[in-house]
Amino acid sequence: MMNNRKREIRLGTTYSFPMGIWLFIFFLVPLLIIILYSFMKKGLYGGVEWEFSLAAYRQMFNPNFMRVLVRTIVVSVAATFFTMLLALPCGYAMARSRNQTLLLALIIIPFWTNSLIRIYAWIAILSSEGFLNETLKFFHIISESLPLIYNQGAVVTVLIYMYIPFAILPIFTTIDKFDFQLLEAARDVGANKTRAIISVLLPNIRSGIITSFIFTFIPIFGAYTVPLLVGGKDSYMIGNIIVDQVTKTRNWPLASAFSLILTLLSTLGVMWMMVSSAKERSQSGKKNPSFRQGGNL
Amino acid sequence: MKGYDVQIENVSRAYGSFKALDDVSIDIKKGEFFSLLGPSGCGKTTLLRIIAGFDSPDTGILLFDGKEILSQPPEKRHVNTVFQSYALFPHLTVYENVAFPLRLKKIDKNLIDSKVREYLHLVQLDSHIHKKPGKLSGGQKQRVAIARALINEPSVLLLDEPLSALDAKLRQNLLVELDHLHDQIGITFIYVTHDQSEALSVSDRIAVMNQGKVLQVGTPYEIYESPATDFVARFIGETNLFEATVVNCDPYEDYFMTTLDIPALNSLVKVTDYDNLEKGQRVSFTVRPEKLKITGERPNKVGKDINLFHGIVEEPIYSGFQSKYYVLLENSTVIKVIQQHANYMDEGPEIDWKDSVFVSWSAEDGYIVEVVDS
Repeated sequence: MMNNRKREIRLGTTYSFPMGIWLFIFFLVPLLIIILYSFMKKGLYGGVEWEFSLAAYRQMFNPNFMRVLVRTIVVSVAATFFTMLLALPCGYAMARSRNQTLLLALIIIPFWTNSLIRIYAWIAILSSEGFLNETLKFFHIISESLPLIYNQGAVVTVLIYMYIPFAILPIFTTIDKFDFQLLEAARDVGANKTRAIISVLLPNIRSGIITSFIFTFIPIFGAYTVPLLVGGKDSYMIGNIIVDQVTKTRNWPLASAFSLILTLLSTLGVMWMMVSSAKERSQSGKKNPSFRQGGNL
Repeated sequence: MKGYDVQIENVSRAYGSFKALDDVSIDIKKGEFFSLLGPSGCGKTTLLRIIAGFDSPDTGILLFDGKEILSQPPEKRHVNTVFQSYALFPHLTVYENVAFPLRLKKIDKNLIDSKVREYLHLVQLDSHIHKKPGKLSGGQKQRVAIARALINEPSVLLLDEPLSALDAKLRQNLLVELDHLHDQIGITFIYVTHDQSEALSVSDRIAVMNQGKVLQVGTPYEIYESPATDFVARFIGETNLFEATVVNCDPYEDYFMTTLDIPALNSLVKVTDYDNLEKGQRVSFTVRPEKLKITGERPNKVGKDINLFHGIVEEPIYSGFQSKYYVLLENSTVIKVIQQHANYMDEGPEIDWKDSVFVSWSAEDGYIVEVVDS
């Protein structure tokens, strides 16, 4: 018995090696290279010169860059918020539907098309001679094209479209496991529909909501194709700056510094989300300190 | 008396072509402990869900104290439910689960606290109150569910097979506690179960249901001793049930003695019956196993109201306080007999496997269940 157990444990660690190697080569090493590069002098034709320098971080505190950073945060938070707001009812409807497989397929099918093509499709829909404007004009609802594209609204709309499947799927999986009789129990003791959903459904699918948040917020925060293709000149996000620094300005240390900031800020965002929900959980257990003493008897 | 009168009138509910409830009418009185008893799929849970407000009937009406209630959503009805799967909120502690209904009403915190304590004490759950439901045993979860359902002081408490997930010993204890609880708070209890012994032991009245229909409503004795249909006779307790034809019926002479011809017994059987039956009518006849007497030797005196049969014990089942015998009669029909062991038996029951025995019962102990239309 004892021997068997030991062997199992040893085998278990062996199994995790490929994963460790993968993470080391494709996550840890690149991250370390980025950190290293951000503290180097920029090379004349791209790359870096092997000399310590804080120039990249000094350049970063340029007001123009700061404006982009703030905008990135605002756009990401807004897009994530609306994505979640739409994903919750979608996930709920899917979990309660009898055609779950069909609905799942409908969510997955768009992935068969390349994301760039899907963004170009949005250009065809939103542009001044696009589908939406022409339809509205055809029915004489408007006489002149609305500015639907090359602005912040277009960026948020397309970002929502791109990332909503990643929000729906985790929410759907947790709601699918949720015992709907709990909602009846809440109604039974006096909660109306809305109240039952807020006080019983939402707390019980918290893990799905957090996963959805992580799956949407991180990629949206680093997005660069969407603002590039459907955004205006005021829609630049950090992702675009990084691409520009690598391909055009050839300032690799600055690109590295921005990448690092991006990683740090998105990690902070996720951690804030997790910590605040953990705090909420522990608070709900402490609401009756006076009673707690009685309970220990 | 607290609680509501609950009147169910001509309620029907179909799911597609499946008739879950078929023209059901039941009157439940204030403060009654009323059971809906039937096999799974008989419609009892559907009826409970309609009373709670989670389902609505296709036709028919539901009245609480004479007032129509179907238009009200579940949260507006003074009815609370103890769910079969408990349905405790897993993200809340025991205390918070019980406090949940009160916190919805924005009542003063101290008042909530004292009421939650009171009801947790009522269901004897003074400890473990800061645990999450996942850490409780089945019996404890059930107590929390009952406290949560009672804390709003409902007029009707609905119990949907509340004990079915518990082991037999615990079920007996909780059943007695439920009965005490009912006596203490005095509201109307509507108890759904498929377990006839649970229903018989605590109910004031029982409605036996099958295939969406109410077959009989009555006190436990009425249901057990004078079942209205074959189904009720078979479903409640154990019985010996036979098809029979009326040979002779003279209610005003001969002390209401009716004579039946029972082909399965290949014999005439005497039974006391107060109905005026016609000769040749086809009926169902039942006699409960515990009302039969079993003896190794032929009884000395056999009155004219005694039915006597001879057979061989095919299977004796000893269970401590009683023995059940399957007796193979001479014409190869098997009849069940239960013998209570009232006296101390040093050497076990006298009757054993393959013994030749005499089975008898008095005409008064048999019962004509129903007249079979032919």
